[in-house]
Amino acid sequence: MSVLVYTESEQGKLKKTAFEVASYAKAVAEQLGTTVTAITINADDTSPLSNYGVDKVLTVTSSELSTFNAKGFAEVLHQAAEKEESKVVVLSSSANSKYLAPLLAVYLNAGYASNVIAAPSSTSPFTVKRSAFTNKAFEEISINTDVKIIGVSNNAFGLIENSGAASEETFSPSITDLGIKVESVDKASDKVSIADAEIVVSGGRGLKGPENWGMIEELAEVLGAATACSKPVSDLGWRPHAEHVGQTGKPVASNLYIAIGISGAIQHLAGINASKVKVVINTDPEAPFFKAADYGVVGDAFQVVPELIEKLKSFKAQQ
Amino acid sequence: MKILVCISHVPDTTSKINFTDGDTKFDTNGVQFVINPNDEFGLTRAMWFKEKQSAHVTVVNVGGPETEPTLRKALAIGADAAIRVNTPATDGFSVAKQLAQVVTDGNYDLVIAGRESIDYNGGMVPGMIAGLTNANFVNNCINLEIEGTSVTAVREIDGGKETVSTTLPLVIGGQKGIVEESDLRIPNMRGIMMARQKPLTVTEPVAANAETNSVKFEKPAPKGAVKLVSPDNLDELINLLHNEAKVI
Ligand SMILES: Cc1cc2nc3c(=O)[nH]c(=O)nc-3n(C[C@H](O)[C@H](O)[C@H](O)COP(=O)(O)OP(=O)(O)OC[C@H]3O[C@@H](n4cnc5c(N)ncnc54)[C@H](O)[C@@H]3O)c2cc1C
Repeated sequence: MSVLVYTESEQGKLKKTAFEVASYAKAVAEQLGTTVTAITINADDTSPLSNYGVDKVLTVTSSELSTFNAKGFAEVLHQAAEKEESKVVVLSSSANSKYLAPLLAVYLNAGYASNVIAAPSSTSPFTVKRSAFTNKAFEEISINTDVKIIGVSNNAFGLIENSGAASEETFSPSITDLGIKVESVDKASDKVSIADAEIVVSGGRGLKGPENWGMIEELAEVLGAATACSKPVSDLGWRPHAEHVGQTGKPVASNLYIAIGISGAIQHLAGINASKVKVVINTDPEAPFFKAADYGVVGDAFQVVPELIEKLKSFKAQQ
Repeated sequence: MKILVCISHVPDTTSKINFTDGDTKFDTNGVQFVINPNDEFGLTRAMWFKEKQSAHVTVVNVGGPETEPTLRKALAIGADAAIRVNTPATDGFSVAKQLAQVVTDGNYDLVIAGRESIDYNGGMVPGMIAGLTNANFVNNCINLEIEGTSVTAVREIDGGKETVSTTLPLVIGGQKGIVEESDLRIPNMRGIMMARQKPLTVTEPVAANAETNSVKFEKPAPKGAVKLVSPDNLDELINLLHNEAKVI
């Protein structure tokens, strides 16, 4: 009956979202009066999970699963959920978890709610709030199936410490046909991804050309932030598509989003609205972004950004 | 190669989102509906397979008669045939079950769906079709090449991309990148005329229970006014972000 939570790792190290989904699973387990079982795949040290309410960790070590495979990982979770007789499975909103979730829903014949932003408002009927219409609205949905899958939105629930002792158990599911083989992975290991970033620095067409992105990257570096851009910037080829955020690009749910030379079109705002604090830097005081932002600077990015970088450097040096 | 492209009929991205019936239903009043952007990228890639590899392309939607103009638009862009499964699209799982039946009946080699629809953002239909039909599945697909039954695809991952190899039958969750924005096609007069002659078959749904129910909608609380900081006083911005917002 345990709530099962998939706690993801990267290169053996648990990701921050693992602790957020564990915190969420703990909240659900308390409502249901049960325990939390976490499952890890090829994670080295699982002990930090005990700080977030996990009672038991199932550890899977498999060379076949050394690269992500949605079918294989979903199969592992399927077998773990059956073993634990779990009625609720909690996942993150990482690209990988969103990839495996619908497969797992089929294997478990489970109703699946994605982009969930809060603990269940009721467990009978099982009702959760999720974001919909790309953050233009919230939707309460009830899940009718015996087994339920919850995909928690990044950064929506937060980390809740809950110290205890977690037991560890080796789990060896049987894995058959994987269907898909990873040929190569192209990932900058020194850069934080938009999905995992606490801070995102984003540039728009107001920056005039790709040659002016040096200051955006520098600002991001000073803040330990990921870089992003508006859609026309990626369509013009100034920046890679992977940086395009908004309704038709990547969603952003960071703690801080800094928009530089971005007008704030409805499609852009929809995708970044889940960010907690928004700052806009724009020459035009009438730019719609000022209506969506918490803090704003009406000014020329080419003056404001370099100055901000210098000031942040001295601020950081003092910290 | 037989391709099925799943077309979600969604409010235009500029739509104001409102609800009716005590906030239980999406208010379609005055809303312009379009092909879901992620699906349109996939449809455009399907056109490439049609033109370069003689693929046959069918588009499908699960929905009521009001979605037919959206399917006709897909035909005008160049799809060969359309199917509408005559039942309201309630939850993702039941839509996926309808689509899986269409896939099985039509023996499609490749199913192209969008990574997610921009209305309910469920992000589950493509994966569920793959699970239900036991096909391979690549989500967040940004490049797709097929030779015979061999597939090479590129998938966007958090912070990068990954190249994978697999085989047909395959389902993909597509998005921008599978074709570029500049590759998208606006239907011309000839396409629109031809679309009228193309078959649009209406089929009846299979039995499928809703696994989830929408209970109520709510709009985000209105935002407070922006705090403006003078460009000559950026220390104040840092101060606010550090001490008030506590984000740096
Ligand atoms: C179907 C559809 C989907 C879309 N999806 C997305 C999406 O997902 N994401 C997205 O971003 N857009 C999307 N768009 C596009 C969107 O409508 C806007 O066109 C786009 O967001 C504008 O990008 P921008 O703000 O960079 O450029 P602009 O609107 O051109 O704004 C540039 C801004 O820079 C300011 N500026 C100029 N010079 C300076 C300076 N020196 N210093 C500071 N500021 C300066 C200007 O005042 C202006 O506000 C979509 C559009 C459609 C039709």
